[in-house]
Amino acid sequence: MAIDVDIRRTLAGPHRPFSLDVRFRSERARIVLYGPSGSGKSLTLRAIAGLVTPDQGRIVVHGQTWFDTEQRLCRPAPARRVGYLFQDYALFPHLTVGQNVAFGLGTGWRNPSRRRLPEAARYWLAAFELDGLTDCYPWQISGGQQQRVALARALAPDPQLLLLDEPFAALDPPLRARMREHLLALHSRLGLQMLMITHDPSDVEALGEEVLEIRDGRIHTAAQVPAIRD
Amino acid sequence: MSPDIWQPLLLSLKVALWATGLNLLLGVASAFALSRWRSRLGNLLDAVFTLPLVLPPTVLGYYLLVLLGRRGAFGAWLEHWGINPVFTWQGAVIASTLAAFPLVHKAARAAFENVDAQLQSAARVLGLSHPAVFFRVSLPLASRGIVAGALLAFARALGEFGATLMIAGNLPGRTQTLSVAIYSAIEAGDEAGAATLVVVASLTCIAVLLLAGRLTRGHAPQRVA
Repeated sequence: MAIDVDIRRTLAGPHRPFSLDVRFRSERARIVLYGPSGSGKSLTLRAIAGLVTPDQGRIVVHGQTWFDTEQRLCRPAPARRVGYLFQDYALFPHLTVGQNVAFGLGTGWRNPSRRRLPEAARYWLAAFELDGLTDCYPWQISGGQQQRVALARALAPDPQLLLLDEPFAALDPPLRARMREHLLALHSRLGLQMLMITHDPSDVEALGEEVLEIRDGRIHTAAQVPAIRD
Repeated sequence: MSPDIWQPLLLSLKVALWATGLNLLLGVASAFALSRWRSRLGNLLDAVFTLPLVLPPTVLGYYLLVLLGRRGAFGAWLEHWGINPVFTWQGAVIASTLAAFPLVHKAARAAFENVDAQLQSAARVLGLSHPAVFFRVSLPLASRGIVAGALLAFARALGEFGATLMIAGNLPGRTQTLSVAIYSAIEAGDEAGAATLVVVASLTCIAVLLLAGRLTRGHAPQRVA
């Protein structure tokens, strides 16, 4: 289970161009990319998911090459099978909680039916204690519930890598601590490699098995947290 | 009501429905394409697509005659296939479609640009192809704005006069739409007939506007912060 990233990308900025030059390789199950806003961590995550295309480089995940400029290869986002938790959750406002969770289970041109949800969707709704909210719309539920819906939606299609974009930033501090524990427990159950980006040192403390610090588009330290801490 | 009120009203409704349907296809396609393809040429096209809104309808009618008339470039080709839209109700549909097109295009473009790009990214990551993202995320989220634009286009098509008169003419029972019939009634000194037609036209347009207002006001927020 290794993720190998070596990418470069230059963006035109308002003052000066921003250049991302990120290189890391990890076999750890929980990787935290830690850095201030504007350091390029979101861009890195989006590049791994296939939402932005780097100018140059290589992305290899679990032995599959997702991106390689030398081979002129770029696997499109839908074929990468990543679970992506967006910072503001990006729940579909026109779909119910149940339909949101079932969204990635069928990839045809029609949205899942509100009534007959697939088995896997019902499993994940139950796993996140969302059964009672199946027919609610995202704006009718709390922030913590929204996050659970987003996580259930990301996990339902059985992804091979979980990407988390500042997963706790939108929650109040007490809820944040609870959700961290929840995620940790979930993660140890699923055996899924995850890569999380954050600017919150408490996230690093609680969840980082391997911590990569990113500043100005470059990775500065690669500190391994001793295994004793989990 | 006498049959000479029903005929222009039904013809107007038929023409406006066709024009609205065609504009839904054309306007949604152009709006989606231009909301994605932001470039100088895209902006130029957007301006061209808005022209029918500001040009006098007679100018539109003139262009259509030049294009579709027997001696026009496209008209000659149509003639070859035995089609001549001039002085037919289909000609009225073409005139109304052109005149109402910017209303759907503008509304749909604004609606597509309002759809949070993050939602489209989320759908991509969840395994959807671009067409699937369009039909499952972009289109449903933009639908309210599109429908409001279509209703305005319907009202505009219903009231089309200048371009319609030039391309379809004023043939009672064949191409005489409501607005053209009003003009004819006044010309002929039939004031009572004109007044009835005017009331019918006004009521139809008010109903459409009320419906459009209701649809645009909306109950559901587009996005939760």
